[in-house]
Amino acid sequence: MSVIAPKFRLGYFLKGIFDNAFWILTIVTLAGIPAIQIVLFYMDLPVIDGELLTAFLAFTWLFNPTMQIPLIKSLLYSDLFRIVVFPGFGFAALIAAGTIFVERKMLAKLQLRVGPFYCGKIEGLLQLAGDGLKLISKEIIIPAKADKPLFWAAPVLFVGTAAAFVALIPVAPGGWVVADLDVGLLAVFAVIGFFPIITILSAWSANSKFPFIGGIRALHQMVSFEIPLILSLLGVVILTGTLNLSEIVESQSNFPWIIFMPIGAIVFFTTMLAELERIPFDLPEAESEIVAGWLTEFSGMMYGLVQLGSYLKLYAFAALFVIIFLGGWTGPVFWPPLETELITKGTPIPNYAGDPVLTVFAPGLPLFDADPNEWVKQQQGELQYTSGQLLISGVIWFVLKTVAVIFFILLPRGVFPRIRLDMLLHIGWYKLIGLAFVNIFIALGLVYAGVLGPGGIM
Amino acid sequence: MTEVIPTKQMPPGLQVDKVDDRIMTLNVGPQHPGSGHMRIIVKIDGDYIVDADPDPGYVHRGEEKMAEARNYITNIPHLERPVIHDSCNILYPYVLGVEDLVGIEVPERAKYVRVIAAELNRCIYIQYWLAIYGIFLGHSTMFMWPAGDRELLIDLMEKITGARVTHAYFIPGGVRNDVPANFEDVCLRQVNYFEQRIKEYADIFYDNPILKARTEDTGVLSREDAIRLGTTGSVLRASGVDYDVRVKEPYDVYDELDVHTNVLKSGDSYARSKVPWLDMLESCNIIRQALEKMPKSGSIRTKLKPNPKGGLGEVYRRVESGRGAAGCYIISKEKPEPYRLKLSVGSFRNLIALPYLLKGEKLGNMPAVYWSLNYWPVEADR
Repeated sequence: MSVIAPKFRLGYFLKGIFDNAFWILTIVTLAGIPAIQIVLFYMDLPVIDGELLTAFLAFTWLFNPTMQIPLIKSLLYSDLFRIVVFPGFGFAALIAAGTIFVERKMLAKLQLRVGPFYCGKIEGLLQLAGDGLKLISKEIIIPAKADKPLFWAAPVLFVGTAAAFVALIPVAPGGWVVADLDVGLLAVFAVIGFFPIITILSAWSANSKFPFIGGIRALHQMVSFEIPLILSLLGVVILTGTLNLSEIVESQSNFPWIIFMPIGAIVFFTTMLAELERIPFDLPEAESEIVAGWLTEFSGMMYGLVQLGSYLKLYAFAALFVIIFLGGWTGPVFWPPLETELITKGTPIPNYAGDPVLTVFAPGLPLFDADPNEWVKQQQGELQYTSGQLLISGVIWFVLKTVAVIFFILLPRGVFPRIRLDMLLHIGWYKLIGLAFVNIFIALGLVYAGVLGPGGIM
Repeated sequence: MTEVIPTKQMPPGLQVDKVDDRIMTLNVGPQHPGSGHMRIIVKIDGDYIVDADPDPGYVHRGEEKMAEARNYITNIPHLERPVIHDSCNILYPYVLGVEDLVGIEVPERAKYVRVIAAELNRCIYIQYWLAIYGIFLGHSTMFMWPAGDRELLIDLMEKITGARVTHAYFIPGGVRNDVPANFEDVCLRQVNYFEQRIKEYADIFYDNPILKARTEDTGVLSREDAIRLGTTGSVLRASGVDYDVRVKEPYDVYDELDVHTNVLKSGDSYARSKVPWLDMLESCNIIRQALEKMPKSGSIRTKLKPNPKGGLGEVYRRVESGRGAAGCYIISKEKPEPYRLKLSVGSFRNLIALPYLLKGEKLGNMPAVYWSLNYWPVEADR
C-alpha cells in the first residue's frame, strides 16, 4: 500500500499559514519580547565614544556614517562574535565545508572520476548544501531498544565537544581566540579524551551489535594512540616552557618547531589520523566489517551532526598541528605598500548632500586596528605594522598552513587500505611511543646543550 | 563433516564449545556492505571468529530446472545469468557439450573468436572482482580504477557482440556473428593499453605495505587442504597446485596457444588476491597470440537445423572460468530439450573453504578472506 499525498488546495494552504502566523505572533508577543528585554536588562552593553549603547541607539548609529565603524568594531571585539563567527564556530565550519568539497574533488581526480558536478553549476559547489538539506528532510529513526536520552544526546555532545576544541585554537595575533587559557594544551588533551567516551556512550546506548563493536574499537583506538599523541607534543612544551597555545605560536616567530622536531611531527600526524578515524585508521567505521560501526543506527540529521562534528574536529586537529609545529600565524607580513597621502590625509567619503562626513584612511585599517591611532604611529616610525595588518596577514598564513595540513590528512584516503585492530596496538605502542620518547630526548638535549631555550638562539 | 573439513589449530584461550554471553553471534548479510547476496553467521569471541557458517541461497533462480523446459538454443540467454559479467565463460561448457551431443564441427576462425571473447570476459570479471576486493579492504582507489578500466574491454565486447554485459555470444556451432572489420587493430590497441594500466595496480595495491601486512599470513590454505576441500581456480593455484583446465584439458584452440599457469606457494589471502591479477596479464598474452594466429577470413558458424535434437546420451564438458573450473553436465534423450542439465561452478566449490579459513581469524580479516575466495554468490546459488 502506497500512501498517496493529499491533494494541494490553496485555501487549506493559506489557512495553514494564517493559523501558524497567529500562533507565532502570539508566542513572540507574550514570551519572546519579554525574554529579549530580560536578557537586555542583565547584559553589559558597550560604551562607544562615552555613550552607552542601547538597542535603540544601535539602530540609529547603524545609519550614521561616523558611528558605523565604532559600532562594528565593538561588535568585532565582543565575545559573541568570537564564539559564533570569527575564530570560533563559523570560521571552523567554513573551513570544514571547504574541506568536504576539496576532499570530494581531490579524491575524484585521484580515482579518475569527476566527483560532484551538477549541483550548483560550477563543479558541484552546492553539493554539500544539497546533502545537508537531504539529511534534514529525512526521518530520524531510533532503534526500539535504544537508551533514548543517551542516543539523542550523542550527536549533540559530539558537535559540542568538537566546538569546544575549536574554541581553544588561536587563529591570529592579538588574542583572537575564544578561550585563551594558560593551560591551553592540557585543555586540548582533555577535549580529545572526551571523544571516545561519546563514541562508546552512543554505541552502547544504541543497543545494537555492530555499533557496539564500533564503540569498543574506538576505545581500543584511544588506548593505542592517545599516549603517543600526548607524548609527541611534550617536546615542544619542554622547549617553550608554556602550555599556552598563543605563547607557543609566539615562540616560533623565527623558525617553526618542525625543523628541530620532525619525529614528533610525524608521530603527531599519525596519531592525528587515528584520532580523526580516517583511513587507514577508520576501524570504528569499517564498513565491510561492521556496517558503519558506531554510526550504524544514526539516521537523518543525527548522522549529519556527527559528520559536522568530525569535520570540525579535522579542522581543529590540523590547526593544532599548525600551531605547534608549523608556527601558526607567524610568517613574513605581506602588506601592499600604501601611498603616504592615502594614509595621512585619507580619502573623504561624502554623504548624499556632498559633505565629507567620513574619512577612510586605508582599506580595512581603521576597522581591524585595536587602537585607531596606530597608523599614525606607524607613519612616525614607532610601529612597524599596525595590529590590523598583522591580523590580516596572520589569518592568511594560518589558513594557508591549515589547508596544506588538511590536504595531507585527506591524501591517505586515496592511497591506503584499512589496517587491522591488532596492527593498531602494535603501531601505537611498539613504534609510536618509542619515537615520541626519542623526540622528548631530542628536546631535552637541545635545552641542556643550550642550543635552544634560555641562553640559546630562541 | 569432520572427516571432510580438516580441523584447524585455534589461538589459545578462545571459548569455542559453549555458547554463552561471551560469544556474540553476528549476521553478516544479506543486508551488509561486506557480504554480497548471502549471509555468513559469524560467532566471535572478542575479536576472534570461533565459528562461521555461510548461508547461501538468497538468489537461487532454478537455472537448471528452467533449462529442462527450453530447447538448446533458447537456453543460451538464461544460462549466462548466474554470472552476467563472466557470461562467455559460464556459457562455454554448455555450448561445447551441446556441440558434442548434436555432433557438429566448429569452424577454425570461430574457435579463435571464442577464445578471444572468453579471455576478454575473464578480464572483465576479474576487474569487477578486484574492485570489490579493494573496497572491502577500505581502499577506495582500488575500487574506482578497475571499475573504470573495465570499461575499455566492455566497449570492445560491445563492438564484437552488440551487448555490454549479457552477450549471449556463443552458440552451438560457433559464435553468433562475426567480429567487425577493423577488430584486430582495435583489440590489440585496447589490450595493450589495458595491460599497461593493470600493471600500475601493483604500485598502489599489490606492493602497498599496509595491504601486505594485512593480508599476508591470513586465511592460509595449505596445498593438501586446498586439494582435499575441492577448491578450484585461483584459490587452488594460490595454494601451490599447478592446475588450469586450459592447460590440463585444452578445449577449442587452447592447445595451439602458449598458456602459462600462475602458481603462488603461500596460500594466504594475499596470494589468492594476486593470482587473478596475474591471470589478467596472462589473458592479455593469450589474446595477442590468438589475434596473431586467427584465420583472417572464413566461416564463423556451422548452421544448426531448426530446433535441433541432441542424441541419446550424456556429456560433461568443463572450462576454466574466472572463478575456476566451470562444468556443464547434460543428459539428452533425443528431444529438443535437455533431459537434465547440471552446472558445476567454481564459486560453490570455493565457498566450502570459507568456514575452515575463517575459524580463528580476526573479525577484521573476514572481508579479506571471504572475497579472496573468488566467490560470486549468484553463481553459487544458480
